[in-house]
Amino acid sequence: MSEERDHTTDRGRDGRGVRAPLGTERARSETAASDHSEMDRRDFLLKAAVVTLGTVTLASCDEATREAFFQQHFHEMSADDKAALIARHQAAYKEKYGLNFEISVKGPLDGVQYGYALDLNRCVGCRRCEWECARENNCSRDPEIHWIRVLEMERSHGVDVLEAEQYYAPEKVPVLDQFYMPVACHHCDNPPCVKVCPVTATWKEPDGIVVIDYDWCIGCRYCMAACPYGARHFNWGEPKISTPVACEELPAAEGALQTAAEYPRPHTRDCVNTNTHALGNVPRPLGVVEKCTFCIHRTREGRYPACVEICPVGARKFGNLLDENDEVRYILEHKRVFIFKEELNTQPRFFYYYG
Amino acid sequence: MSEPRPRLGLFLLALVILVGTIGFLLGIIADDKPKQTLTAGPMNPLPEGEVTEEGIEVPRPPFSKDIFPCSDCHSDMDVNPERRELVEEHTNIVLHHDEKNRWCLDCHNANDRDKLHLASGALVEFSESYKLCGQCHGEKMRDWRAGVHGKRTGHWRGEKRYLLCVHCHNPHSPRFEPIEPEPSPKQPEELFE
Ligand code: SF4
Ligand code: SF4
Repeated sequence: MSEERDHTTDRGRDGRGVRAPLGTERARSETAASDHSEMDRRDFLLKAAVVTLGTVTLASCDEATREAFFQQHFHEMSADDKAALIARHQAAYKEKYGLNFEISVKGPLDGVQYGYALDLNRCVGCRRCEWECARENNCSRDPEIHWIRVLEMERSHGVDVLEAEQYYAPEKVPVLDQFYMPVACHHCDNPPCVKVCPVTATWKEPDGIVVIDYDWCIGCRYCMAACPYGARHFNWGEPKISTPVACEELPAAEGALQTAAEYPRPHTRDCVNTNTHALGNVPRPLGVVEKCTFCIHRTREGRYPACVEICPVGARKFGNLLDENDEVRYILEHKRVFIFKEELNTQPRFFYYYG
Repeated sequence: MSEPRPRLGLFLLALVILVGTIGFLLGIIADDKPKQTLTAGPMNPLPEGEVTEEGIEVPRPPFSKDIFPCSDCHSDMDVNPERRELVEEHTNIVLHHDEKNRWCLDCHNANDRDKLHLASGALVEFSESYKLCGQCHGEKMRDWRAGVHGKRTGHWRGEKRYLLCVHCHNPHSPRFEPIEPEPSPKQPEELFE
């Protein structure tokens, strides 16, 4: 016990995290308690002034700020509360981007448990998924946030995260003797990130998607420390999406040979996706954590996630584990499947396979 | 004399509620978004598709520009069944797919040029070319049918399109060519430059 404590204390940077030894803390709080028993007039007036000032400040700010201040946890919101939330966010995004956002609060579909599978024998490490994901989900472009990271590793070593390289930049991929392993949120059935959140701002939905309430997140980053897959990312700066134009559909090709090289290059598409879900790809504020949501705004409408649609080699598979005819179900039943960091008992919904 | 007034008030109230309810219901109906259709989408710039005999929806096969239907040129020509290297036409095609043992007419049908043929002689449409591939690559075809090899676009629940083998593998030279990767993400120290 005491050893653990020391360990935490050591970690504090610049002395900020250093805590007083246990005994001192208790002694101090006892003194404080005896002071409180006799509240004198000055104390009372001071407290009254603070409360009044707070009330006045709240009363004098505009309706939207007041509503945001009293906003409840997503779980406790009535339909009316959600409608108000949508309207408030729509107005804010309209002001920030000049665009009309569609914000869904659609709940899980009945009889659906999502699963994801990725073919390690197919992936060529082209990072189309990584950039398409950032565009689809309105991830900040400056400072840059990517929910998917593609790891390059040596074939002869197998999966070895200590040797993995995510900043590789050869002219062409795949490089001989290397293989590629994209990693994002595994939507664990036993999610450490959810367990450590001190305010329940992140939770597992009934369909298996692990979501974050960005308005409830206090930015403590405990979940980032707890996640063994590095799936969570923090908004260290005010998130920016450089060009405030809505993403448009690409024109259909004329029928020329669709080789992988001819696929659109997502990093060149600079736009805002106005088709959003409140627990997914709505633009995030400064100081909150974000991560992959299995494209909740698409998948709850029955569509494939954006990474599945962009992958030029078809390495990505998505579906409903409860459906006997499902692709992912077929993979789990017929293919060699690899569960990343299985020994941690996180029980991922994301599987790697060798197709 | 003063009796009818409250009744009038009630009537008006009822009317307001009724109109309000109808308006609300109409609003809900009008709000219903149109169903997503399977055209080329933002991530899916593939040409419009067709549905095969088996009921599988595939995008248009990736013909080179203006080359199909083949009968446009071939219908007036005599068939030369002799195995040879083509030097006048189709010189851009380099056969690198068991070329020692095969040539054009092993897959392309000589008499009806707009069709392919299986080893049995049975004719297949270009949109069903996977049957031709499956003669040798049976395991891959089985996985493709299950949606495990190859690529599908559209909906995990609902309409989806299957890319044909030839959308990713050039049938004349099927090995997947290396491609240029998207840029590396920024390293932590570059984030606030
Ligand atoms: S991968 Fe990380 S963020 Fe995702 S559910 Fe598991 S622990 Fe949480
Ligand atoms: S888009 Fe497909 S092939 Fe490219 S890195 Fe992602 S999973 Fe791998």
